[in-house]
Amino acid sequence: MDKFKIEDYEKIVGKSVIEEIYLLADKLKGKSIQNINSTTVGGGVAEILNKIVPILNQIGVDAGWDVIKGDEKFFSITKKMHNALHSVQVEISDEELKYFLDVNRFNAEEMNLYGDVIFIHDPQPIALIEKKKEIGKKWVWRCHIDFSKPDKRIWMFLKDYIEKYNSSVFSAPAFSKKLSIRQVLISPSIDPLSDKNKELSEDFIDSIFEKYKIDRERPVITQISRFDYLKDPIGVIKAYRLAKKYVDCQLVLAGGGATDDPEGKEVLEKIRTEAESDKDIFILFLPPASNLEINALQRGSDIILQKSLKEGFGLTVTESLWKAKPVIASAVGGITLQITHKYSGILTYSIEGTAFWIKQLLSEPEYAHKLGLNGKENVKNKFLITRHIEDYLLLFLSLYNENDIIYL
Amino acid sequence: MKKFHFYNSLTEVELLGIKAKNLEELLDGIKIVPESSIYHHTHKFLHQHFFLSPEPPSDFAFWVSNILKEYRLGEKLASINIIQFHNLNELRNGLIGIIEDHLKDEQPLVNCPPSNDFHFMGCKSFLLPTGDVASDLKEFKEILKRLSVNSLCFHIFEAKIRLERKENDFSVWFRLLGKEELADRISTLDPYTYTLEGLRKKILSLVERYG
Repeated sequence: MDKFKIEDYEKIVGKSVIEEIYLLADKLKGKSIQNINSTTVGGGVAEILNKIVPILNQIGVDAGWDVIKGDEKFFSITKKMHNALHSVQVEISDEELKYFLDVNRFNAEEMNLYGDVIFIHDPQPIALIEKKKEIGKKWVWRCHIDFSKPDKRIWMFLKDYIEKYNSSVFSAPAFSKKLSIRQVLISPSIDPLSDKNKELSEDFIDSIFEKYKIDRERPVITQISRFDYLKDPIGVIKAYRLAKKYVDCQLVLAGGGATDDPEGKEVLEKIRTEAESDKDIFILFLPPASNLEINALQRGSDIILQKSLKEGFGLTVTESLWKAKPVIASAVGGITLQITHKYSGILTYSIEGTAFWIKQLLSEPEYAHKLGLNGKENVKNKFLITRHIEDYLLLFLSLYNENDIIYL
Repeated sequence: MKKFHFYNSLTEVELLGIKAKNLEELLDGIKIVPESSIYHHTHKFLHQHFFLSPEPPSDFAFWVSNILKEYRLGEKLASINIIQFHNLNELRNGLIGIIEDHLKDEQPLVNCPPSNDFHFMGCKSFLLPTGDVASDLKEFKEILKRLSVNSLCFHIFEAKIRLERKENDFSVWFRLLGKEELADRISTLDPYTYTLEGLRKKILSLVERYG
């Protein structure tokens, strides 16, 4: 993974943001931050910590990262918990919950809890908080997962631990619950310098479109997503067909997915059947690590769709907005945090609505362009990694400042 | 002569765990949330839409119009003249009055579609000096031209209604410089009718003319 310095982002977010970050970091002098989660590789949490922890240290914040130990049984229990928090029906026995606590208690005794701020990520290490009574310090629990409709029993189990923390952090307002402790909103972010998001030359974009024989002279609408029913690819094709009666366009459905996933295969087959012999529909099953290709497809498209039926935060929407593309997306999950209808993109609720807006935006490219610019500006202010770092610094500072207005 | 020190305001957004699915619940929420929540929901859009829309900023109005489809009430909430209020409690009462008036009509309550609840949030502001200091109007203009929109927002909106200063920070300083007319012109300006870029240009033109 590429490692960047905070100064590398200056050309994107401006000098003042970088100066602010240094100023905030300076106010944390003498405090150490200890991140704790359950894995160093794989998954979104490890990915973001891999990026953010080195930058925190580079800007002068003493930040560490430790991982709890657990065996297969522990992780199968935490996987079940994860599913239960996503409203999937699972059985977790009392014995399993006790084992979960035993592993946490073992880690609490074994680990060096050195941080002035102990920053716990996700439910796996949540019960380390039992140690707070003995060692004090500031404790924050960061929930990275969709918490909108958790299984009640597991939620009540976790709530007892969450309420022992000084603060909690959630990724979306819908995940917030009635709690006796402070809850802070910190949205996920994208890295504008990564392969998936960095600027690309027109030549490179052309080469990718040529590779797939997509005509850049004619309008292209694209949805990037896993081949999954929840992303509604069939609905996308139907919306494209309704729009195409009146405006010429091509449709790209691109994404990945495990080839051994029976549902993925079935969805892909259905899409291919639905697309029939329409030469203007391009179904691209991309291998993992196709980040540059995805970037090029997004940048070369006239409109980006995200017609999901359910969505967590919707980082593919963030990526498209960052490329100043007009985005038409379903008003679900975190997408509504990113798009304000008719200001920074279009929110729709149906196939017909999606088709209507495809026609409108293709017919009014100037308006579409303005939506794209506004969307990009919004991402620049709210969903880049620099904002994420700034939010973390404010979070740590707020642990030591209780007022609503704080002069630094 | 007193110098003008520019500040920037950085916001930490708090989730309050309070939500509304219809007008009555929205009203109940507005009555009990902390002032920081009233500020957040009536000023957040300033930061978001400074490029395209000069529309008055209100999450409440946006939700009522776009989610509940109560357009008449949404328009009234959007049209509330924020500049007339001296503090957030007055603004809260203004919002309550408008919604209570509307509810008197005894229309059946409409619930929002699933997953479209209004989530009340609050905010903590961290005020940082930008390092920019103006000794006179010439320096002020140069700094204003490149000032971040967050800083502009702080001195014009947040300082007045949230910190309950009598008027915006710029006008206070202009009076210290003896520039009463300039101070009055900016003080009587309704900043909520401009985009932030438009507001920057307007203030620059007033400084040019009356400074």
